[in-house]
Order: sequence, then structure tokens, then C-alpha cells
Amino acid sequence: MLQALEGSQAVAQAVSLCRPGVIAAYPITPQTHIVENISKLVADGHLDCEFVSVESEFSAASVVLGAAMAGSRAYTASASQGIMLMAEVLFNISGMRVPLVLTCANRAVSSPLSIWNDQQDSMSVRDAGWIQLYCADNQEAVDTTIQAFRIAEATELPVMVCMDGFTLTHTLEGIDIPTQEQVDQFLPEFTFSRALDPRNPISVGTLISPDHYSEARHSHHQALMNAQDDIVAMDQEWAKISGRESGGLVSTYGDDNAKIGILVIGSVFGTLKAALVDAPPNEEPVKLIKLRSFRPFPIEAICKACEGLDNLIVLERALSPGGGGIVGIEVLSAISGMENPPTLHNFTVGLGGRDIPLEILPRLLEKIRSNPTPNQFEIFDVELDRLPEEDR
Amino acid sequence: MNAEVNIPVADLRSKQPRFRGMESGHRACLGCGEALAARLVMESAGPDVMLANATGCLEIFTTPWPESAWRVPWMHSLFENTGAIASGMEAAMKAQGKATKVIAMGGDGGTFDIGFQALSGMLERGHNVMYVCYDNEAYMNTGIQRSSSTPHAAMTTTSPPGKARMGKRHLKKDIVSIVSAHHIPYAATTSVAYPSDIRKKVRRAMEIDGPTFLQIHCPCPLGWGHEGDKSIEVARLAVETGLFPMIELERGGLVGAVPIRHPKPVEDYLQKQQRFRHLFTEDVRAQQELEHIQAIANYNIEIYGLLGDGQDNFDNEGMDTVKRGGLRWG
Repeated sequence: MLQALEGSQAVAQAVSLCRPGVIAAYPITPQTHIVENISKLVADGHLDCEFVSVESEFSAASVVLGAAMAGSRAYTASASQGIMLMAEVLFNISGMRVPLVLTCANRAVSSPLSIWNDQQDSMSVRDAGWIQLYCADNQEAVDTTIQAFRIAEATELPVMVCMDGFTLTHTLEGIDIPTQEQVDQFLPEFTFSRALDPRNPISVGTLISPDHYSEARHSHHQALMNAQDDIVAMDQEWAKISGRESGGLVSTYGDDNAKIGILVIGSVFGTLKAALVDAPPNEEPVKLIKLRSFRPFPIEAICKACEGLDNLIVLERALSPGGGGIVGIEVLSAISGMENPPTLHNFTVGLGGRDIPLEILPRLLEKIRSNPTPNQFEIFDVELDRLPEEDR
Repeated sequence: MNAEVNIPVADLRSKQPRFRGMESGHRACLGCGEALAARLVMESAGPDVMLANATGCLEIFTTPWPESAWRVPWMHSLFENTGAIASGMEAAMKAQGKATKVIAMGGDGGTFDIGFQALSGMLERGHNVMYVCYDNEAYMNTGIQRSSSTPHAAMTTTSPPGKARMGKRHLKKDIVSIVSAHHIPYAATTSVAYPSDIRKKVRRAMEIDGPTFLQIHCPCPLGWGHEGDKSIEVARLAVETGLFPMIELERGGLVGAVPIRHPKPVEDYLQKQQRFRHLFTEDVRAQQELEHIQAIANYNIEIYGLLGDGQDNFDNEGMDTVKRGGLRWG
């Protein structure tokens, strides 16, 4: 049944349906509504779990790590500065191969201080060894959250569910919240092969010498690569129960014979979808490619989605200053193995909450029509006349 | 009951092997105070425990993969999050309805300095965790750098004495008072020179359902500059001079101190350690520093009432099972 819910409220309910034993969180805009809603569910007796109101995000990540290691399903949520503060723990969690779920309510990273949406936070911990799934809308956020627990526990890898701050977290949409029976059918009780137990004591997080470190890293990398199958399988399995797919690793929308493709990540997918629906009938056909799994990075699936394209626009909401687009560089490297790779144009849009209007679609198409040479990287919607001459 | 049956309880008890949560064979240095203290803590804590261990010597020397000295579930995450890791473990035990006691362990760097916030959070939230701080008064694992626990005037590699300095310029942080100010049920200081005191305080802390804190003074022969076989002697002198008072606090208030009936001059303690050797030179500042350190000891003796009050069976000499050849259970 569809209910009008705020994204954060919906995610809180989805988390609750997964019956976590321990939740720890520290408030940060725009994640606050998620933990407020969870707190209310606990206070009202709808969710029986240990809610630990920690004194920092560093401790939030550490508490859920300790809890999962001690054998409980655990969840946390954060954003922006919180993700930055957690960074050390994030690497630690994944290196120990601990199943956990974290919602990242994507937000820009200071400075300059901005509480608004872009994806600099989760992109900056790209190498932390977590699975990263990006949600295009709030229904996907609900379904992906439920799948995330299952994926994490099947692969013994932590999963970060990324949803755009405000754009998704604070937006009311019609959302179908699954029933407890549906979730129970999909998500078995928490088990973790290396959970600490006094009857069978083990030591975890030990010092490792150069003789073994590379092997540990290799097995971590391999686990992430192998997780591609689990991500697809869980999406399909959940679709059988819920009737909805969230797009596996990569999904496409629009004309499959189009010569222009736009690869996006997160909620900008919805904007472009709407723009395509509104596009004049004589406009050139466009294929939208939605990258849902950024880690593991699905090279094969991306190449498949790019087949037949002459031009590929990669739109992203973060950048690596001095480098360029983060997703763009990775996609460029992925398609370099194709027989006829499309020409890549890489733009960052919507930084620090800058609105991405529907008109972005014709402007993008016009841009590559008027200048077909491959574009390395550009912040698309920057207004240069606001900057001093030397910074343009 | 048959009066003929004479069960030699004391004899049986002395023959019963103690639970060894931390085994021998680890890679601690000769005379390591921390290794001995950790073994004593684990013996008294028993097997139904789960450990969160901060980065530091103890973590490194007990678990060079694939070896481990631990017979209890043990986890090392990071340097500064041990209080939070333990909080999470305890929350999980609560969620699962289990009674396993969670113990957190860290050195002074991981407790006084970098892990202080996570510790404070753990205490404030009232987690049922026993936090043990092995206080060897510097960052020994990285090669003897000063911490906020390093005593005034001590030499470390980052507080070297020289023309312009006489070792560490600042005072040792009074961690137990800060911890106790969280109004936790129990906080205590003890010393590796007094095993029976450690056992007593560990048992006390283990029984309490709530956050408890133990600070155990542990010499580091390498960092303090004394022979490995002098660790107990040096640790004992820290207590006997009044520089390391062994106290107990409940809900923020002082409830006990081990009396030292015949305080020794601080020089007796300082002279045995190379880290204070610059205080025994012709330098005029050396005498001032010695006076300063003696004043710190005098202050401790006064505020904690360390001279005791009449006859007391539990003064430091009575406590000293090492000196008396063992056997007494505190």
C-alpha cells in the first residue's frame, strides 16, 4: 500500500523491519530525520533494539562495529562531516569483513560549509572497502536498505546505502513499505561466522606482517568483486517478494538504440527521466544509464550498457580537485576495453545543493553538439562571471 | 554433615589452576609491567568475558597474527575508539540477553589522550563495561613519547631535557578524578606491585552492573630506564612515596585509599629511573624540580589521607604480597 512518507521516515521504517539489535547514531543534517524516526519507533515500542546515542560519528561507527562483532545486526547513519570523521573506522570495519549497514544522507563536505546535497562525502570514502549503493528515489532507498542487510550478511562486507540529502531524505513521496512478513521471508536472522563468543574464543583485528598483508587485501578486493553477483541476486530475489527491482548494478532507461547516453548516480536520474518524458518528440533519443553500485565498480555491466553509444555523458555530484570527475575517470577507464567506446564527456553538477533543473538535459545535449571534442572534465553549472578573473 | 570429613580448602585452592585469560608466550619485553598486570586482571575476571583492546603494546605483543595469547574473545579495532567498541559489544550482549561481561583495555595514550572522548561517552551512557587502563606514563609502543600521563619532569623522546627544558613541562593528568566525575559506580587506581589489590579491585569492578574504571600503574623498563627485574620495586616505590596513590572512588566520592605509613622521599623512586636522571645533576633547576615533585607527593599524601588512621591491616605493607612471598588473597 502506498503511503505518503518522507524519505527519512521511510528508511527508518525499513531499518526497523530488518530487526536490528543495535543502532548507534550521532545527529547531522540531513541524516537527523532518519535517527529521530528510529528513536521514536524505539520509544513507542515498535522496535526492540539497543539504541546508543553516541558522542560522535567516530563512536557511532565504532559502536556498531563492536556490536556486529559481538553478534548483533547493527545499523548507523550519517552524512558529510560525519562520514569524514568515521573514515578511519570505515576502513577498519571493512578490513575486518564485518557485516553492517550505514545510510549516507549525501551532503557536501566543508569548507566552504554547506549542509546541502552533493556526493562528496561518500565518494571520498570510495576506497574504504565498503559496498556503495546509490538510490535514485525513496522507494529504492527503502528496498535497497532491506537488501543491504542481506547483501552485507551474505558477503561479510559492510554496505553503505547512499541517498541524496534533502532531495530524497526530506522529500515526501508515495512509498510502499513492505510488510514484516515480506521482510522476514527475505532476511533471515542475523548470523556472523566470526561473531565473538566466550565458548569459542577468537582474536580479531590483530597485527599482520608483510608476509600476509597483501593476501588479506587481495581477498577483500576479491570479496567486493564477487559481491556483484550477490547485489544482482538480492535485487531479483527481493523483486519476487516485493514486485520491485532497484536496478541491480546498472540499469538503463530510454531508447536502447540511442547514440547518446547519460550515466548518472543518485537522484538526478529522476530529474533526467522527467526531462526525457518532457522532451520534444524531435529531440535526439537518449539512453539513461543509472549506476547503482559504485563499489563494487561493475565494469562489465557498464560496458554492456554503453554498447552502441557514440557519446557518453557522465554526470556526477562530486569531484576530485586537481583530478576531475571521480565517476567519470572510472567510467573512462572501464569503457577503454570496449571495441568501440563512446566519446566521454564528464560533468559535475549540483554541488553543495545547487539545483539541477529539467533544462539541464537540452543544455547538455547542446553542449556536446556544439563541441563534440571529448571533454575531460567540467563543473557544468558554474557561473564564471561570479569569480575573479584569475580563478575562472 | 559428617564432621569427620576434613576438607583442606586452603590447600585445594592453592593447587587449583587459575583461569589464564592471557597466556604466556607473548612478545612483551623482559619485566613488562603491563603484561603482568593484564595477566592478573584476566585471572580475576574469569572466562565469561569479551575484550576490546586499544592499539598499543598490549595489543601488539599479544597478537602477532596468526598467534594470540588470549583465551577469551578479543578484539582490537583502533587506537581511539575502545570505549565505543566496548559500548557496542555491551549493547549487543544486552540485545541478545547475555550476561558476558565486556572489558575494555588501553594504555595511557589510548585512555588519557586519543581515546578520551570515546571513554567519556561510554561512562556517561552507563554501559556495563570494566575499563582497564594500563598506565605506563608514555607512548611506549611508538618508542617513548610523552603522553598526558607522563609525570612532570620525566624525560621522553618528545620531552627531552636540555638547556631550555627539564623534561616534561606539564603535570600528569588526574584521569581517575576526571573519570570519577562522570559519577560512575566505581573507579580505582592500583599498581602492578600489589597483585592482591589488583585482584580485589577487579573482582569488585566485575560485580558492578555499570561502568567501572581501573588505572593500573605499570612500569615500562625500556621507557622508564631501569632493569627488567626492578619493575615491581620501582612500581612499589611510586606508591610508597605518595606519587601514585592507590585509591577507590564511588559515584564520584573518595571511599578508600591504601595507607602508606612510612612515606619515602621521592628521590628513592626517581633515582632508580633513567627518565629522571637529569634531576640528579648539578643543574640548579634539578633541585627545584625535585622539590616540586616532593610537593606533589606531599599533596597526594594529604588529600588522600595516605598516612592512615591508626592501625590498618590493609596498608601498603599488608597489601604487598610480592614482598611477603605471595599467598594472601586480598
